Order: sequence, then C-alpha cells, then structure tokens
Amino acid sequence: MKRIELPAAEDQIRALRVGDEVALFGRVVTARDAAHKLMVEKRPDFIRPFLQDGAIYHCGPVMKQEKDGRWRAVAAGPTTSIREEPYQAQVMQEYRVRLVIGKGGMGPRTLEACQKVGAVYLHAVGGAAVLLADCIREVEQVFMLDELGVPEAFWVCRVEDFRGVVTMDAAGGSLHQTVLEASRKKREELISAG
Amino acid sequence: MKKHFLELIRRTSSQIPPDVLSALEAARDAEAAGSPARSVLEDVLKNCALAAESSRPVCQDTGTAIWMVYHPPGVSPRALERDILWATREATRRSYLRPNAVDAITGKNSGDNTGLGLPVLHFHEWGKKSLHADLLLKGGGSENVSAQYSLPDSALKAGRDLEGVRRVVIDGIFKAQGQGCGPGIIGVGVGGDRATSMLEAKEQLFRLLTDRNPDPALDGLERRLVNELNRLGVGPMGFGGATTVLGVKIGKRHRLPASFFVSLAYMCWACRRGSVSIVGERARFDHMSQIAARYRPDAERKRAS
Repeated sequence: MKRIELPAAEDQIRALRVGDEVALFGRVVTARDAAHKLMVEKRPDFIRPFLQDGAIYHCGPVMKQEKDGRWRAVAAGPTTSIREEPYQAQVMQEYRVRLVIGKGGMGPRTLEACQKVGAVYLHAVGGAAVLLADCIREVEQVFMLDELGVPEAFWVCRVEDFRGVVTMDAAGGSLHQTVLEASRKKREELISAG
Repeated sequence: MKKHFLELIRRTSSQIPPDVLSALEAARDAEAAGSPARSVLEDVLKNCALAAESSRPVCQDTGTAIWMVYHPPGVSPRALERDILWATREATRRSYLRPNAVDAITGKNSGDNTGLGLPVLHFHEWGKKSLHADLLLKGGGSENVSAQYSLPDSALKAGRDLEGVRRVVIDGIFKAQGQGCGPGIIGVGVGGDRATSMLEAKEQLFRLLTDRNPDPALDGLERRLVNELNRLGVGPMGFGGATTVLGVKIGKRHRLPASFFVSLAYMCWACRRGSVSIVGERARFDHMSQIAARYRPDAERKRAS
C-alpha cells in the first residue's frame, strides 16, 4: 500500500505504476458530468486552488446536512468515469490535477494527459459507497450546490485512508487496455464456437 | 400503507438480498489471494455489511426505482401512487435515496426523486386480498451499458435463433467491460417490441440467482452463458478475473414476425431488490418478488403435475 498525501508531489505520482494500491490522505474534490462541462467551457477560478496538485473524484454523493449546518457524506462511491473522457484531458492540463479517481477507467486522451501532466487514474471500488463515505472525514466546502444539485456539485472533502488501485499511469500503462484486448480475443473464440 | 413503502425503500437501498451476497462470497473465494479482483470483492462484502448495519445506501447511486405493485380488486392505483410518491420524497429527505431525478434538458434536479416518469410504477390487479410490492433500485452506470440488438445482426453473424441470442449477449457483455460495476447480473428479454423487450429484460432481474428457468431451452442457454461470459476474463470492476457475471436470466415474449429484438439489462453487483406483503396493518418484508415466485423450482413442478 502506497501512502499519498494531497496536494501531491509530481515525482511521487509519476513513480506510480498500474497495479499499485494507494491510500490517499488530504483534499479531494468531487466533480462529475455538469462540473466537467463547466470547467471546460467556463474555466472557473473558484475551484483552481483546490485542484492544483490535487485530486478530482468522479462521484455524486449522498450528503446530509446536520443541524449545525455542516455536511456529512452518507454514501460516496465512484461514478463511471468514461463519460468525462471528452473533458478530462483539458481539465487536467488547465488545473494541474495529479489524480483522477473514478471507476471503469478512461480512454486514450486521458491516458495521454496522464503522461503529459504527471498524473494517474485511481480506480475506487464501484458501489462501495459506505466504505468510501467513511473515509471522508470532513466536508470542507461546497460550490455550485444550488445550480447543479447534490450529485453534481463540487464537494471539497478531506479524506483519510481512501483506497484505490492505479489502473492508468503516467508512463502510458493502462489495465483497461490490457483487459479489453485479452477479452476481445476471448469474445472472438466464444462467438465462433457456435 | 405509506409507512410500509418507506420502510421498503430503506431496506432495499441498504440491504443486498441473501442470494446475491452468497454469489458475491463465492466469487470472492474464486479469485486468487492478493489479486485486485479479490480485494474488490472483499471491499464489496465489507461495504454491504456496513450499509445494512447503518441503514445507509449500499451505493450512492440509488438508481431508478422500479416498482411492481400487485393489489386486490377495489384498491385504487391512484391512491397507491400517492403513497409511493410520499414515501419516495420522505426517503430522499432521510438520505435513503440520493436526489436522482433531473430535468431531461435543463438538468435541474427535482430534489425529491419525483418527476416526469419517475419513479417507474407498474400496477397489477390480482385476486388475492393482500397487497404486494416489489422494488428494484437500478443504478445509472449499469443502465448505461445495457443494450438492445435487432436480429439478424450481420457483423456478429447472429441469426433469429437461440444461437443468435447467445452471440449478442457475449458481444454486449464484452462491450460493457468494467463500466457497469461487475460482476453483473444480466437480464435478457427476447422478442416483444423495443419497449417490452427491455421491460422483459428488466423483469428478469427480479428473479433469484439460485432459480432455474422452467423453459429447458432458455435454461440451457442461461447456464451456458454464465460459463462462457466468465471466460471473457473481464472480472470484477474490469480488473480481470474469474467472475464477470453472477447470473444470466432470460425471458421471452411474443413478437411480430418482422421483429426480433434481444435486450440486455445489465445490473451491477449492487442488485437492490426488496419486497413487502401487506395484509391489513401487518407487513412482511423479504426479497421474494412475484416474478421470482414464478420461477421457483417447486412452483414449476406443481405446474407440470
């Protein structure tokens, strides 16, 4: 298990390889479909200080507001990342993001951005929403809650021992590409087996 | 009535049915010690236990709520709908559900899980005096990798027969890769029109993983496909591994001679289905849907004799 503190140092992230298990400590920002569209089209500055050398988490959490006004994460697993493929590379370069956390992996443009920027894609366990919500020790701030709604807002969170597996690295490695190619061969065999 | 519906939502969102848990445990044991696939399934099982203990959603995507309600003659579906809508709003307020309904064009969140066409409600009048409701919560990630094929499909050399069905299911699950939070449960609808074909596929998701299809041809294909799809090697979360699917369930409907649709409803491992039977003021909660009951081996034997 490799321990990563956020904001992260570029050389530490560049040294990570596909298959490495990672535990994150520090600040993570949730952003999904509407947030990515906004970041590409409007390039807002309010989120910049939270993303520099930081982590984007593809997640639309269930959040609960306590009586004192503070927010608490109830359920917060990853959402499917590939939907952000059209935006991700640009967002990573614009905001100097070091980690993209999600599920299902991403495509060639994001993989290229990982190499350029010095970033990795970290795969969290899809559906493990309670386990991961418990790693969110504090919800520090939220942006665009009224405009985007709970799942789509930017939630700035402090996490401890948030686990994931590197499935795309800054050296161009992608577990998703490897599994895709191997299963493509199997598909041909199975289909032609009649 | 409405309190029972609220309780059904709470249970369904936070508790994975026992047949699915057993299948996940078996899948964990089948993966090599120390592999990412095994560690995924260990986390999945830990998460299920934590969610059930703390009444929290197993997955933050509490999905599309699909209700199948069976009511006695004389009970008003409109009144039942009002109760379900109340329970849906209250469940959202209590964080059993994420606010998950947005305007199709503007993206504006309704905030309470109600909206045009949501939740999805199916009412059936039946001859019994009790009321029964089955609920399935189906996440968006798995819905996005669901698919529909129109046969024949020349690229796959899939004709209008069982072999054609087998081919498109293999293709669909290959294409889904790890995107739908596998290992998945695959509902397949053969026939119907475009809408009812997919409805049949989704209804298949109400079945128990342990049941058998009373139609011998479909039963044979279900068992063959479980074996073959697990040889694809996609594995839990697409990390590679021994278990790509936990089950395949196939149903058929009459079709027009002109059409032959095969629909694939991909359900993530977090297959959240729950049931309630209500007699008078008493409610009994379990995971036994009316659709599942049709597929029980004992029901099948009774019909045969």
